Amino acid sequence: MQLRITGLTAGAIGAGLFAPGMAQAQTLDVSITIPRLTVAEYHRPYVAIWLEKQGATPQTLAVWYDDDMKANEGTKWLRDVRQWWRASGRTMKFPAAGVSGATKAPGTHKVSFRPKLSPGNYTLVVEASREVGGREVVRLPFSLPKGGTARAAGSSELGTVTLTIKR
Amino acid sequence: MKLRHALIAAAAVAIAIPASVQAHRQWMLPSMTVVSGEGADVWVTFDAAVSNDLFYFEHQPMRADVSVLLPDGNPGEVKNKAIGRYRQTFDLQIGQRGTYKIFYTTDGVTGSYKLNGEEKRLPRGTTTATLAQAIPAGATDIKTSETSNRNEVFVTAGEPTTTVFKPTGKGIELVPVTHPNDLVMGEDATFQFLLDGKPATGLAVTVIPGGIRYRDQLKQQDLKTGADGKVTIKWSDPGMTWINVTTPRPAGEEGQGPAQRSAPGGRRASYVTTVEVMAP
Repeated sequence: MQLRITGLTAGAIGAGLFAPGMAQAQTLDVSITIPRLTVAEYHRPYVAIWLEKQGATPQTLAVWYDDDMKANEGTKWLRDVRQWWRASGRTMKFPAAGVSGATKAPGTHKVSFRPKLSPGNYTLVVEASREVGGREVVRLPFSLPKGGTARAAGSSELGTVTLTIKR
Repeated sequence: MKLRHALIAAAAVAIAIPASVQAHRQWMLPSMTVVSGEGADVWVTFDAAVSNDLFYFEHQPMRADVSVLLPDGNPGEVKNKAIGRYRQTFDLQIGQRGTYKIFYTTDGVTGSYKLNGEEKRLPRGTTTATLAQAIPAGATDIKTSETSNRNEVFVTAGEPTTTVFKPTGKGIELVPVTHPNDLVMGEDATFQFLLDGKPATGLAVTVIPGGIRYRDQLKQQDLKTGADGKVTIKWSDPGMTWINVTTPRPAGEEGQGPAQRSAPGGRRASYVTTVEVMAP
């Protein structure tokens, strides 16, 4: 399953958030594994993917939640993705163009983002929170313009998360 | 050695129990303080009670009618108010983004006078408006002190805002340095407290995390406001946490009500809030 955010949208999101002075568009290929869990009551997790950089406003890249409920009711539990909610979510309105997406089934999901980023040290953060289940955060530090690949793995609500940076 | 400790501990308990029985902590407890939801059907519900243990309903309901200040500064209202044997409950519908204040205040006058050589206390419920009638003609040695009590809690939908913290200038009030709906375990929080609109140094600040029934240590922190009325709190636990601020009082006294035992004199005020410390 591929969710591609157009360069135009990502550029618009990135503008003003990460010092556009020396900013260059980067392609961030992210692979996220949502583990298959043997539980009596399973609901797909809410997942937020965002970028942090010291001294800059965090930038949300994607949020997977129950975006198709009547009267926007699925937004009621966005706060349970609590690190993301505090870092970025609470400043946003939902649905958010280019950011909102439906929850995903267990398995590996590849998504690409193309934000404009200035050189510096970043962290890609992935947080998953599951109804009647747990919550987990995985952090992948990387630096620009160096780029490369970063990998981390959760132990309960998230499996392996990998990030590959391409110009 | 062990016995000696046990004896000291027993003595301490013996002293502590009467004090805590008299304390009867007052509190309001929101069902949540960090709210998301763009829909029309988002609500926060509250319990309000007076009890010893936090946050358990075991003594009296809070009977006061609360007021609401909406994020835009206009008054709001609570719905579905009910008073049971041990607690009051009410609901707040979230219709706008920002920080809400749910509060009530009581003001009064305590004091004493002498009549024909006999010392008499002012009756309970005396206010500045009724003070003149409360003191009979011929009374001497009149001593009075004004009391102001405030109990308030905050909930925030979306980003925390500060409109509802505009001071009224009466009693003890909280000014956020750290926003009370932006608290996380591992991050110290700083609040400023005003007394009658001015930063107040030396106010007694008591911090107790909820869940008292399931632990042996109270985990009470006794702090004081420093210069500029500011106090910094290091949270011991995530969860709902009770904060009580009072004008200075004799050692051993705890509680948010106007202290009854000490001689009147000087301004008396108290403040209570419940804040939610999130896990990181």
